[in-house]
Amino acid sequence: MSEIEGIYAVWLREAKIYTREKERLISSVISPLLWIFAFGAGVGSTVNVISGYSYQVFIYPGIAVMAVLFTSLFYGVYIIWDRKLDFLKEVLVAPVSRASVFAGKMLGGATDAMMQGIFLLIIGIFIGVPLTPLVLIQAFLMLLLISIAMVSIGLVIGANLNSPEGFSLVINFVMWPMFFFSGALFPVSNLPAWLAGVTALNPLTYGVDALRGIILGINQFPIYYDAAIMLVFAMIAMGAGILGFRRM
Amino acid sequence: MVIKTEALTKKYGKLTAVDQLNLEVEEGEIFGLLGPNGAGKTTLISMLCTILKPTSGRAWVNGFDIVKEASKVRKSIGIVFQQPSVDDLLTGRENLAMHNLLFGVPRELRKQRIDEVLSIVNLEKRADDLVNTYSGGMRRRLELARGIMHHPKILFLDEPTLGLDPQTREHIWEYIQELAEKECMTVMLTTHYMEEAEQLCDRVAIIDYGKIVVLDSPQALKNKIAGDVVKLKQQNPDIDSLRKLDYVKNVQEKDGLLYLSIKDASKHLQDLLTHTGPIDFVEVRSGTLNDVFLHYTGREIREAEAEGGFWERVMKR
Ligand SMILES: Nc1ncnc2c1ncn2[C@@H]1O[C@H](COP(=O)(O)OP(=O)(O)OP(=O)(O)O)[C@@H](O)[C@H]1O
Ligand SMILES: [Mg+2]
Repeated sequence: MSEIEGIYAVWLREAKIYTREKERLISSVISPLLWIFAFGAGVGSTVNVISGYSYQVFIYPGIAVMAVLFTSLFYGVYIIWDRKLDFLKEVLVAPVSRASVFAGKMLGGATDAMMQGIFLLIIGIFIGVPLTPLVLIQAFLMLLLISIAMVSIGLVIGANLNSPEGFSLVINFVMWPMFFFSGALFPVSNLPAWLAGVTALNPLTYGVDALRGIILGINQFPIYYDAAIMLVFAMIAMGAGILGFRRM
Repeated sequence: MVIKTEALTKKYGKLTAVDQLNLEVEEGEIFGLLGPNGAGKTTLISMLCTILKPTSGRAWVNGFDIVKEASKVRKSIGIVFQQPSVDDLLTGRENLAMHNLLFGVPRELRKQRIDEVLSIVNLEKRADDLVNTYSGGMRRRLELARGIMHHPKILFLDEPTLGLDPQTREHIWEYIQELAEKECMTVMLTTHYMEEAEQLCDRVAIIDYGKIVVLDSPQALKNKIAGDVVKLKQQNPDIDSLRKLDYVKNVQEKDGLLYLSIKDASKHLQDLLTHTGPIDFVEVRSGTLNDVFLHYTGREIREAEAEGGFWERVMKR
């Protein structure tokens, strides 16, 4: 009971701050718009139709994953600020387990990222992505799972570093390779062998594959297989996060 | 014994911040930690409240080992940190509500406790403003309100009244004393205001270089060390011969003035003046905890000093 209230307290703080910081709200609206319209439409004009979909629609699931990935990973930097401003001390001396503190923060970050996810799903309806209510629910759940895994990774990195600058550096080495080798921007079916190997090792590949399967019906692996891999990955990431918070 | 440490030590690399410290604090006591900047007070409190792991040694708070039973320790304590730690982006009331949840205050008491502490620190009117619009003193008050709100068994206060106006300070001390009595709460506090320690604390420990230099009630310390203080101005004083007088406890020179701690000035002043010879100026006052503090820790400011200082002073005594 008190653990649940602890999780709720930490989450509630994150949620309140999210709605109060206008910059966070605005950037979570602007950046996906830029990607879908500028990138999708721009590159789309030079690329042929892929699997019967325009490029803009083809990369839509990839863009959705990317938006959630970026927001989720970067969320880890707030833990560094919390520590710098000494705010975190109050939470760390509270009689609440570190696992609960982690859970609260993680859910806070996932909420943050999923606000963007929901916004993206709504845009999808308007640009002609075939989204039925069932597809919307499945896509939402898949994005949530990705977000939980990635927020956890971000928090692990944040819990182990002391400076926001160091965090940006490390996160760039995690984020860009994960994104580029996930098949978010291109189909993974006919890649050179080395690239196919790299994408197969990248957990995000399965997230993108699942989402594309759910939304467009184009998937390389069975969706339950994708989802199972993401789930295992999320569990490992959360475990690492809890360990990181215990040592903090 | 509510707090007990055994050879508790914390090292930061080569620097020993808390050095083999042994300490016992009884239930219901208001215990003061005094010491110059960098003495190790905050480090000691951080270990006792489980945010910092000791390098060696052991300690128990409310009977629980601070390393092995950290979560039980955390259930027993409240703390006001030296560094501000209220959340800027929440309102005062939201900060308190969050604390209620984190520290497991029973649901039916929550609202009442918030109102109670807000009125003690006089923040009712600003309670619903964001903390980043508060003045420094108001933040401090909010922090204090938060630390006492869940009525902890042991309360740690690291320079709680720093930057507070005298009215608020009085108010807060009255409340803490009342709470300590009513709920048999134990308080461990650090402060640089000697009057505060004198007025509030049952016992004080002066610590320096991570070690306890002396520990006793403020009254006993004053009797033992300070006695009365005589301030003298004189050309070419003969300090050594003054030191030899049996009622003179200590002589210090500063800015061309002599400060003598002597036993019972009314009895010995006349005799003292026969030994000093002609003087330009004399002033007598009764000793304070401030004198005790300076006697044990010297007058120099710490940051500029090298490692050797501690031993030099030990040898002198
Ligand atoms: N994180 C740290 N890393 C390295 N040294 C530290 C750290 N924290 C404290 N110290 C050192 O440990 C010593 C004790 O510091 P501490 O903060 O406990 O002093 P204090 O008695 O609380 O002083 P003040 O009255 O200024 O608050 C100091 O010499 C300080 O420089
Ligand atoms: Mg301190």
